[in-house]
Amino acid sequence: MPKVTIDGIELDVAPGTNLVDAAAQADIEIPHYCYHPGLSVAGNCRMCMVDIRALSEKQNNPLPKLQIGCNTVVQEGMVVETKNEKVEAARASVLEFLLINHPIDCPICDQAGECKLQEYYMDYGAYRSRFELEEKVHKEKATAIGENVMLDQERCILCTRCVRFLDEVTGTHELTITERGDHSELSLAAGKTVDNAYATNIVDICPVGALTSRRFRFQARVWYLDTTDSVCTGCATGCNVEVHSRRGAIYRLKPRYNADVNGYWMCDHGRTTFEQNAAPDRLQSSLVRESERFLELEAPAVARLAARALENASRVGIVVSAGVTVEEAELLARILDKLGGGPKILVSPETSEIADDGKLISTDRFPNRRGVEAVGFAKLADDTPPADVDALIIVRADVAALGDAWKTLLEGLSTTVVLDERVTDTLGYADHVLAVASHFESAGTFVNRDGRAQRFEKAIDAPGAAVAGETALGDLLAALGGAALESEGRGLAAGNAPA
Amino acid sequence: MSEKVLLRFEDVASDLTQIDNYIADGGYDAARKTLTGMSPDEVTQAVKDSGLRGRGGAGFPTGLKWSFVPKDTGKPVYLLCNADESEPGTFKDRAIIENDPHQLIEGMIVASYAIGCHDAYIYIRGEFADGYDVLERALADAYAKQMLGEKLFGTDYNLDIHLHRGAGAYICGEETGLIESLEGKRANPRIKPPFPAVHGLFGCPTIVNNVETLACVKHVASRGAEWFKGIGPESGPGPKLFCISGHVNKPGVYELPMGTPLMSMIENEAGGIWKGRKLKAVIPGGSSVPVLRAEECDIDMDFDSVSKAGSMLGSAGVIVMDEMTDMVSSLRTIAHFYHHESCGQCTPCREGTGWLEKLLIRLDEGDGTDEDLKTLETVAGNMIGATICVLADAAAMPVQSFVSKFGDEFRARCNTEAQSADKSGEGEARA
Repeated sequence: MPKVTIDGIELDVAPGTNLVDAAAQADIEIPHYCYHPGLSVAGNCRMCMVDIRALSEKQNNPLPKLQIGCNTVVQEGMVVETKNEKVEAARASVLEFLLINHPIDCPICDQAGECKLQEYYMDYGAYRSRFELEEKVHKEKATAIGENVMLDQERCILCTRCVRFLDEVTGTHELTITERGDHSELSLAAGKTVDNAYATNIVDICPVGALTSRRFRFQARVWYLDTTDSVCTGCATGCNVEVHSRRGAIYRLKPRYNADVNGYWMCDHGRTTFEQNAAPDRLQSSLVRESERFLELEAPAVARLAARALENASRVGIVVSAGVTVEEAELLARILDKLGGGPKILVSPETSEIADDGKLISTDRFPNRRGVEAVGFAKLADDTPPADVDALIIVRADVAALGDAWKTLLEGLSTTVVLDERVTDTLGYADHVLAVASHFESAGTFVNRDGRAQRFEKAIDAPGAAVAGETALGDLLAALGGAALESEGRGLAAGNAPA
Repeated sequence: MSEKVLLRFEDVASDLTQIDNYIADGGYDAARKTLTGMSPDEVTQAVKDSGLRGRGGAGFPTGLKWSFVPKDTGKPVYLLCNADESEPGTFKDRAIIENDPHQLIEGMIVASYAIGCHDAYIYIRGEFADGYDVLERALADAYAKQMLGEKLFGTDYNLDIHLHRGAGAYICGEETGLIESLEGKRANPRIKPPFPAVHGLFGCPTIVNNVETLACVKHVASRGAEWFKGIGPESGPGPKLFCISGHVNKPGVYELPMGTPLMSMIENEAGGIWKGRKLKAVIPGGSSVPVLRAEECDIDMDFDSVSKAGSMLGSAGVIVMDEMTDMVSSLRTIAHFYHHESCGQCTPCREGTGWLEKLLIRLDEGDGTDEDLKTLETVAGNMIGATICVLADAAAMPVQSFVSKFGDEFRARCNTEAQSADKSGEGEARA
């Protein structure tokens, strides 16, 4: 591996690495706009200029001109300075050029707080304008260019990240640059709008406020948002995401880089998965049926009552969706062992009307099929209900919606225990109901379509008296005399993940 | 030099655009001799030996450029003739194309053979409507006479030349912009490396040569490297076309040996400064190169001499300015051109070219301040060497040289009232 020296720090860097990425290995940020590691090199913003003091072992004279770090690949013996006076003057100059025609409308711009123009200006800016305000070039503001994306031409710095994303990642080519010089504009290709399944990624990679999310626009100032690492539940791919929330409300999901799963991206559907989290049909308290009425009780009390009822059943089965976590599935398996064994049924369909797209979208719309299968849950032939049980524990699955055969089964059971985050038709058949948290409201593990176990963390509190599924099932298991998980909320993940 | 080679059409009675006349005058003998008697490497060596440097502006040694084409990549090799002549003050390639197109075609046959190219392109400036017609006919005639096509001159060598018309952008003359344009894209110059010789048209090894350069190749092939080298200075020899324009009595294209003194060509060829006026300044190599004051004009016109004088031979577009010339206004005109022609890709050029023009409009109209003049210089300085191609430099160099050499004129134009108003305004802001 080539050995390079950046700001006096010697580094071993993989061959083919450019200087922006190499410097990042030593926590040195070379500021940049147009370069994005997931896209081809454009080299147009000129922000990542560095001073090459020696190109290689053999050519060890300083280069006369500053070079762009994004298009300079490391060589053995390369010596680079990223912070000297010459470099910082060049950065200040590029920022000045970028800002002369920029509207500087930060107070009304959604990007404020996560804007690379703002950030770098604080670090390297000239702090004094030499440009006459009335001479700025004006362009269109607030143009919807698709269902989810808003374009502000004046804020655009023409880095072409979005154009390259649509050319290279989605291959849909909706955007291009038209006109020339300082009248250059980002334009929609004739007859197109940016409505592909990955459109909002261009909002994420836009380094400024030119492209903003129509769903997130004017919803929150980004510096108020808390960030939690999570995993998308939109399908079986398990794109790594960040949950951005504030005071119990989720505002947006953003992709989190994972080279082996989703790279830098996620689909637009996945970004909407939080929107139902705060829906009015959320189940807020645990219940016990008392003749024809439900009685609200604390979750542990409901768990104890459910345990007694289940112990009296002759044969108990468990029904889950592929939306339960690895930890929940493991606890359910132990519960069933305590109850003398029985069928472990998975009801989620493996395919949907949405096809695999060869990128990130999976036809399996559930996040943890491989995870629940690993502890023995399996689909029944033709999804027919089991005939040989008189009690069921139903977790995050609305089995009443699966058809009349299921309803008939539910009607005939002696005991039905339901754990869910929402009010479903199945609750109408339940004797014991435990209100559980969604995956945004608890920690856990999902195993994605490739068998990769992925941890997610709790972003916000569950509504009302809902508890983590792991807690509720732990209570149930304890009431049956079983031992809880080795460490709550920590992982069975690795142990249970199929290779 | 009494005998003209590049402008031979001026010396012969017959119309050299007609292929029969061109052949009767000895045309295509050089191509035949080369293809039947020399190996490609020998041709490249001969061009190296001749000392020929590119005539498009940069003056890069032509034979050396050819030798950068990697061998045995399995990919086709392309030769592109850059006929997108559009540097203000430059009109030499047009003279060749319109009057002696077979000279160019013959040069392209020799060059293509040397680099192993079987599909060559001529990218001609869109506005050259007449030149396009002439070349189209010349190419058809060359095919009819089997100077192009298959098995040229009885050898196994095949060559097609395609003619492509540009759509009117200066940036298409930048070699990688030209390649993008030829591929059907917006002519944004590419970042280098990789260089076109390795990764050019359609990702294949590509050589881009200027019209005059390729015409010179024909003459190296017909008269030999020694002959070529014997004309002008050793560091950059050969016959050279100079485009003399501006305040002279006889503007036009002149063929002179490389190294001819600038003042001699203005006085003897172009008939001296018009209206009996005195010389004020000369831009020696097209509008993008630094201007020379009259007293700096006692120089030889070859690559090294002009660059020693602080400017560049560039495209040899010699723009002559008399004592009545308004330098502020002239620079404004130049700045307008580069602002209009910047592709807009790189930040310093996209934003800088417009800023320079805005400042110059203010200064030219008497509304500028000393502060504006300082800004003008620093903006130009910040553009140089900071972009993918040299358009930013081309816009900035004239600014730097005009302001440094004719600073008094710029300062005299500044509005002193605006200046004091500006200052008091600043004071208020501070308070």
